[in-house]
Amino acid sequence: MSKPKMFEKPIGVKDYLPEAVRKLRQIERDVLACMRGWGYEQIITPTLEYYDTVGVQSSTSDQKLYKLLNNRGTTLVLRSDMTAPIARVVSSLLKEAEFPLRLSYHSNVFRSIEEEAGRDTEFYQTGVEFVGDSSADADAEVVALAIASLKAAGVERFKIAIGHVGFLNGLLGEALPGRTEEQEQLKACLLGRDYVGYRDELRKLSLDEPVRRELEGILRLRGGSEICDQALKLNLDAIARESIGHLCQIWDALKAYGVCEHVLIDLTMIGDFSYYTGMTFEAYAADLGFPVASGGRYDNLLAQFGRPAAATGFALKTTRILELLGAGTEEEEDRTLIVYDSEGRGEALAEAQRLRGEGVMVVTERAEELTAELKEAEGRANRAFAYKGARYSALRSYIGGNSKGGGRG
Amino acid sequence: MSGAVKDVLKVAMPKGRIYKQALKLFREAGIPIPGDFDDTRKLIIEQPEANMEFIMAKPVDVPTYVEYGVADIGIVGKDVLMEEDKDVYELLDLQIAKCRMSVIGLPDWKPTIHPRVATKYPNVASAYFRERGQQVEVIKLNGSIELAPLIGLADRIVDMVETGQTLRENGLVEMESIFGITSRLIANRVSYRMKNDSIQSLCDRLQETIAAKV
Repeated sequence: MSKPKMFEKPIGVKDYLPEAVRKLRQIERDVLACMRGWGYEQIITPTLEYYDTVGVQSSTSDQKLYKLLNNRGTTLVLRSDMTAPIARVVSSLLKEAEFPLRLSYHSNVFRSIEEEAGRDTEFYQTGVEFVGDSSADADAEVVALAIASLKAAGVERFKIAIGHVGFLNGLLGEALPGRTEEQEQLKACLLGRDYVGYRDELRKLSLDEPVRRELEGILRLRGGSEICDQALKLNLDAIARESIGHLCQIWDALKAYGVCEHVLIDLTMIGDFSYYTGMTFEAYAADLGFPVASGGRYDNLLAQFGRPAAATGFALKTTRILELLGAGTEEEEDRTLIVYDSEGRGEALAEAQRLRGEGVMVVTERAEELTAELKEAEGRANRAFAYKGARYSALRSYIGGNSKGGGRG
Repeated sequence: MSGAVKDVLKVAMPKGRIYKQALKLFREAGIPIPGDFDDTRKLIIEQPEANMEFIMAKPVDVPTYVEYGVADIGIVGKDVLMEEDKDVYELLDLQIAKCRMSVIGLPDWKPTIHPRVATKYPNVASAYFRERGQQVEVIKLNGSIELAPLIGLADRIVDMVETGQTLRENGLVEMESIFGITSRLIANRVSYRMKNDSIQSLCDRLQETIAAKV
């Protein structure tokens, strides 16, 4: 690669200018407040982790991890998600803390060589982990909280698709007993969203017609709770049956939350993350081509850190939500300009401090006289005005020995 | 999801050869597409009766439009899908624009020490030869691929073969067939869920029409 030009930054990272940051912070604040309302307390973990611990256990494939060496030659990673670091904390610092634990976070995470479109190398996630409860109600709580969080962020039209890892394993295990290679092949097609390939593979397997039709039929298993009933009519092993039962229970709980309008069951969904063990879900917003949240149950991860426990959670892709909502905020913040000369300085700065104490944004500027521009602003009844590229809602002048202006304050 | 006013379905259509066959298939499936737009230069064609909007794209760009969600669904050849490797749903084999991806060379081809393969599909070609344990230099060309072996730029080419007419006329032979190609219906990850009703019903109608033909 040629030497970068001075304005360039590495591919996949972004600068956020004030307008965007204001919106990002607003989303972050509203979502975290929502999560707090459900009893989830925020934690912060380091950006750097060991490759051999969090790096290996994270769901991110090895070539997508940012690896670096510390001064002792130990391999570190930039965290690629928050689930593995939180599992580490729960198993170490919070080892004595009683289950269940409800934790939330807002963090930047890093993934390299993201060839899929719309993915950044560094991006923000806001999410929760609910550790130590394996019930369907815990899964439903997490899904319902994801819905509440999307609403809190200001996303209006969205859908959540829920699936279960156990269903497909059980179904394929029953239809193709012992033929793990073929099972993997079919799963790979579904994971790659290649339905044509899935149907072709099925045809090649020379299965009995009813079995083939049944396996092809799952491509249509998408909808409300009736999907579970349809699924139960298929030839399933005990695990798959249990999975569907679990989904039914989650659905019932979501009905009690009153959020089923946002939810659809999709039994072809396979979580992209290897560590999922049960229910998985993804959230989609209208007008954005990429999912805005994903989550699921991962009951085996904590054992890797030495404290076996059931866990479920999700992450909102906060930066994508920002992209969806646009950077514009609902209202401009109140901003007051105070101009002063040497004589009025003491009074002006004291007033500025007083206003700041009230939460007003105050900008002060020394000037020997009021410019024509400011005089005009001062004279106008509606005091909103622009000055040197910024918008102000009020002007106060401490020039020439007398204080003028006011507005609100 | 159903009820209310249904959102318009944005369809990325590949300009050229596939487009005509796709239009024919849509009409056979009873989707109301009046008029004849074969020669139009418009880039966006509204289809109010079908509640669709056609986005006329260069075929190789169709998966990109769909992946980013600026088009909900698209029609594209398997050759492009294999080459571009985009994260989209591949819903249906439309069984139109049938052809195949093949390795082509001169009839007297012999293995060389530094094999060079010219192609419009560098990813497909690399993957194919790697799988067969051959290290080859892949040369990306944008057209008239058949020239490469004739003038000694490459000893073989990887390209789409429909009738084999061009090959015969230039004294080339099809050495191996890599995979069969037909056009596919693809969908964006989010649209497939957010507009599931309309996409699924379109998919069903097309599937019935295709099944009736076979």
